[in-house]
Amino acid sequence: MNRLLLNKIILMLSTLSAVIGISFLFWILATLSYKGITSIHWSTFTNDLVEGGIRNLLVGQFTMALMATAVAVPVGMMAGIYLREYGDGSKLAAIIRNLSDVMMSAPSIVIGVFVYALLVDPFGGYNGWAGSVALAIMMIPIIISTTDNMLALVPTELREAGMALGGSKHKIILQIVVRAAKVGITTGVLLSFARIIGETAPLLFTSANNQFFTMDLSGQFPSLTVSIYNLATYPDPESRELAWAASFILTASVLCINLIGRFSIRNKK
Amino acid sequence: MGSKLFRNFSFFSATLSFFLLVGVFAILFSYAQEALHEFGFNFLWTEQWEPDEDDEGGIFGGYIPILGTLLSTIIAMLIATPLAMGIAIFLTEIASVNVAKPVSIAIELLAAIPSIIYGMWGLFYFAPIVQFVFGGNGVGLLTAGMVLAIMIIPFMAAITRDSMNTTPAVLKESAYAMGATKFEVIKDVVMPYSKGGIIGSIILALGRALGETMAVAFLIGSVMHTIGNMTDPTTSIPVLLANNFAEAEDLEMSSMYFLALILFVVSFAIISTAKFYFLGRNPSMKKVK
Amino acid sequence: MTFKNLVTAALITSVALTAVHADELKGRGASFPGPVYKAWTAAYFKATGKKVNYTPTGSGDGIKSIKKRMVDFAGSDKPLKPEKLRKAKLYMFPSVVGSIVLAYNLDGVKDGDLKLSRTAIDAIFSGKAVFWDDAIITKENVGLTLPHAPITTCVRADKSGTTFNFTYFLNKINPDVKVSKKPTWKAAKVVAGKSNSGVSANIQQIKNSIGYIEYSYKIKLGLPAAQVENKEGHFINPTVPSFQDAAKYATWTADNDFYAVIGDPAGATSYPIVAATFLLLPIEKSEMNKKVTAFMEWAYINGDKAAAELGYVPLPASTKEAIRAYWEAKKIK
Repeated sequence: MNRLLLNKIILMLSTLSAVIGISFLFWILATLSYKGITSIHWSTFTNDLVEGGIRNLLVGQFTMALMATAVAVPVGMMAGIYLREYGDGSKLAAIIRNLSDVMMSAPSIVIGVFVYALLVDPFGGYNGWAGSVALAIMMIPIIISTTDNMLALVPTELREAGMALGGSKHKIILQIVVRAAKVGITTGVLLSFARIIGETAPLLFTSANNQFFTMDLSGQFPSLTVSIYNLATYPDPESRELAWAASFILTASVLCINLIGRFSIRNKK
Repeated sequence: MGSKLFRNFSFFSATLSFFLLVGVFAILFSYAQEALHEFGFNFLWTEQWEPDEDDEGGIFGGYIPILGTLLSTIIAMLIATPLAMGIAIFLTEIASVNVAKPVSIAIELLAAIPSIIYGMWGLFYFAPIVQFVFGGNGVGLLTAGMVLAIMIIPFMAAITRDSMNTTPAVLKESAYAMGATKFEVIKDVVMPYSKGGIIGSIILALGRALGETMAVAFLIGSVMHTIGNMTDPTTSIPVLLANNFAEAEDLEMSSMYFLALILFVVSFAIISTAKFYFLGRNPSMKKVK
Repeated sequence: MTFKNLVTAALITSVALTAVHADELKGRGASFPGPVYKAWTAAYFKATGKKVNYTPTGSGDGIKSIKKRMVDFAGSDKPLKPEKLRKAKLYMFPSVVGSIVLAYNLDGVKDGDLKLSRTAIDAIFSGKAVFWDDAIITKENVGLTLPHAPITTCVRADKSGTTFNFTYFLNKINPDVKVSKKPTWKAAKVVAGKSNSGVSANIQQIKNSIGYIEYSYKIKLGLPAAQVENKEGHFINPTVPSFQDAAKYATWTADNDFYAVIGDPAGATSYPIVAATFLLLPIEKSEMNKKVTAFMEWAYINGDKAAAELGYVPLPASTKEAIRAYWEAKKIK
C-alpha cells in the first residue's frame, strides 16, 4: 500500500512540475504578447530610436548577428570537420572538444569584457565590429559542437564509398559527408543564430547603442537588446511601451527561427 | 585548394578554441594586475567598493558581488533541481508520446527565450508577486534567484531527460517484471544508470546560473549592500560589471577585471567538473545546448 | 554551396560597410541635462540635418569617456578642477542650469505638501531618521499624517554629477557627508537606479520612498516633490522662479574654465539645490570641437525656450558672451 502511494505521489509531483513549467511559458508569452501587441504601431517599424521607433535597432541587431554568423560558420564548421574527420579519437581532439564546450557555457559578460580589452580600448571607442566579434565568439563553439555531432551521425559507409571512388579526402568530406549532414548543421546554425540575436551582455560595452540609423560599424552601433535594457528603466510610459514592443518582436523572431529549425529537422528524418 | 591546405585550415580552426580560451584568461589576468597587486587575496572578503573622488584609486572588494552571485545561484538551484527532475521524469516515464512531444518542445522554447525577456517579465510581473508574498521591495536576492531558477529549469530538464532516455529498455522491463512501481524503476534503475548525466546536468546548470547577467540585473537591486533579509537588494558579479563597467577607470576597472577573472575561472572549473561526470556514460552526451 | 554564397555576400557587405562613415557628434555623460539635450539635439537635427548623438549614462561615464577620447564631447554636472582639466587635456564650459528636487512616494501627501528642513534631509539620507513619522520630519509637518513606515531612499547606482551636487548640499548641512559622485550611503533602506531615469522609476514604484532627481524628471512623471529649507531658513517650493532666483547668485569666469559649484546660494527666495552642467572637450581635436561649439552656439541662441519649458534655467547673456570669448581664445569657435 505504502509503495503504491509513494509511487502515486511522486508521479503526481512530476506531472505537477511539468504543469508548472508549461504555465510559466504561457504566462511569459501571454504577458509579452499582450504588452507587446498593444505597444506596436506603424511608427515602431518606420522610426528609429531617436523618434520613438525600433527600425534602426532591428537592422543593427540583425546586421551584427549576420556578421557574426559569417565568421562563426566557416570557422566553426572547419573546426568541427577537423574534430570528426581528421582528429577523431586523438587526445588533441578530446581536449579541443572540452575547451570548446567550456567556451560555450562561459559567462557572456566575460566575453564582452574580453572583447572590450581587445577591440574597444585600443581603438578608442565603442564600435559595431567589436559587437559582431563578441557574438561570433559565442557562436563558434555551438557551431563546432553541432558540426562535430552531425558529422558523427553520417554512416562510415558513405566515407568508404567515397574513398572507393578514389576521391581526395577533402573532396569526400565536403561533397559527401558534409552534404549528408547538411540539414542537421543548418539547423544548428539557425538555432545558434536565434541564440545570439537575443544576447545583451556581450554588446553592452562593445557596440553599446545608437539612437540614429547607421550602417557604420566603426562607431556605436544600434542594438535591440541593449535598448530594451535601457528603455525598461525609464519611467515614462512611451519608453516602457517601446521596450515591450521591442521585447515582443525580439521574442517572436527568436521563437520563430527556433520552430523553423526544429520542424526542418523533423521533416527530414 | 589542395587537401593539405584544407586539412591545415581545419586544424587551425580547431585550435582557435584553445587560443580563445587562453586569450580570454590572459587578457583578464593582465587587466586585473593592478587590482591584484593593490589588494591581493584580501579582495575576496573586502566589503567596500569606493572609488576615490578623482577616480584614480580607491578601495575595492569583491565580497558583496561574490556573495550575491553564490547566493542567487544557490537559491536558483534549490528551486530548479526538483522541478527539472520532475519534468524529466514526466517526459520520459509518464507522458505518452503524443503528450511528451509538444511538452518537450514547450520546454525547449522556454530555454530559447532571451534572458533579457525574463528580466523584463520578471521586473514588471513577477517581482510584484514576490513583494506581495514575501515583503520587501520586489527587487532583491530572492526574486533574482527565483527567476534564475525558471531560466535554468528547461536546460536542466532537457539534459536530464536525454540522460534518462539512454537507459536500456530491457533493464526497465525486467524491473517491471519483478513488480516494481514506476517510481521504483526510476529510483533504482533509471537514476543510477543515468547518474552521470543527471549530476552533469545539475552542475552545468549551476555554471550557467553563475554567469547569468541580464535577468539578474533587472531583479537583484544593484546595490552594494550585504543582505540582512532574503528579499534585500544586493548585487552579483555579472550585474556589477553590466552596470558599472563603462564608467570605471584605472584601479576600479582593474578590480572589475579581477572579478571577471574569478567568475571565468570558477565557471571553467564547474563546467570541467560537469564534463567529468558526463564522460563515463555516453560519449554523445557531450553535446550540450 | 549556399554556405559559400552566404560567406562571400557577408564579406562583400562588410567591406562595403567600412566605407560608410556616420557624420555625427558623439556625446556621453550626465543624465541631469538629459531631457534638455534631447530636445536640443532633436531640434538641431530638424533645423540643420546634423546629428548629435548624446547618451545619458551618468557624469562618471562621461568623464571617463572623454578622458579616453571615446567620444567627441562629454556632459558632466561635476566640474573638473583646473589641475584635473590640464592633466586630462580638456576644455570645459557650462551649458545650462538645473535643479535637484526631493521627490517622494507617500500616500495622501501631494506635491509641495511635505516640508523638509535641512536637518531632516540630512537625517533621512544618513540613516538618522528611519521612519517617516520620526520627530525630525514631523516637526515641520504638523498638519500632515506621515505613516509609521521605514523610509526607502532612492539613490544612484552609477557615478553621478547629480549625486555630486546633492552631496555638496548635504555637506553644507553636515560636514561629515562626503561630497562624491558615488558615496557609500548610510541610510537603512537604499535602492539604487541607473541615471536620473532609474531613480525616478524607483520612486514611482516604491511606496514610502524618497529620492533626489533633476526637476524635469519630476515634471515629466508628475512626481510630488518636497519644499526644501534654504540657507536663510525659508522653505522653498521647487518652481522655475525659485531656480532663477538661485541662479542669479552664480558667477562663472573663463579664468578657471568656468569651474563653479553653485549649490546652496544666498537669497530669501532661492531654491537651494541648483547646479550647472558642463561640457568637456578634448584639447587636441580642434576641428571636431568647432562642430561641438557650433551645436552649442545654436543651442545658446535657439534653445532657451525649450530649456525653460523643461524647467531648466538658461545661462545669462553675459556668461554666454564669456563662453564665446573662451572659444575664440582656444580657437575652437
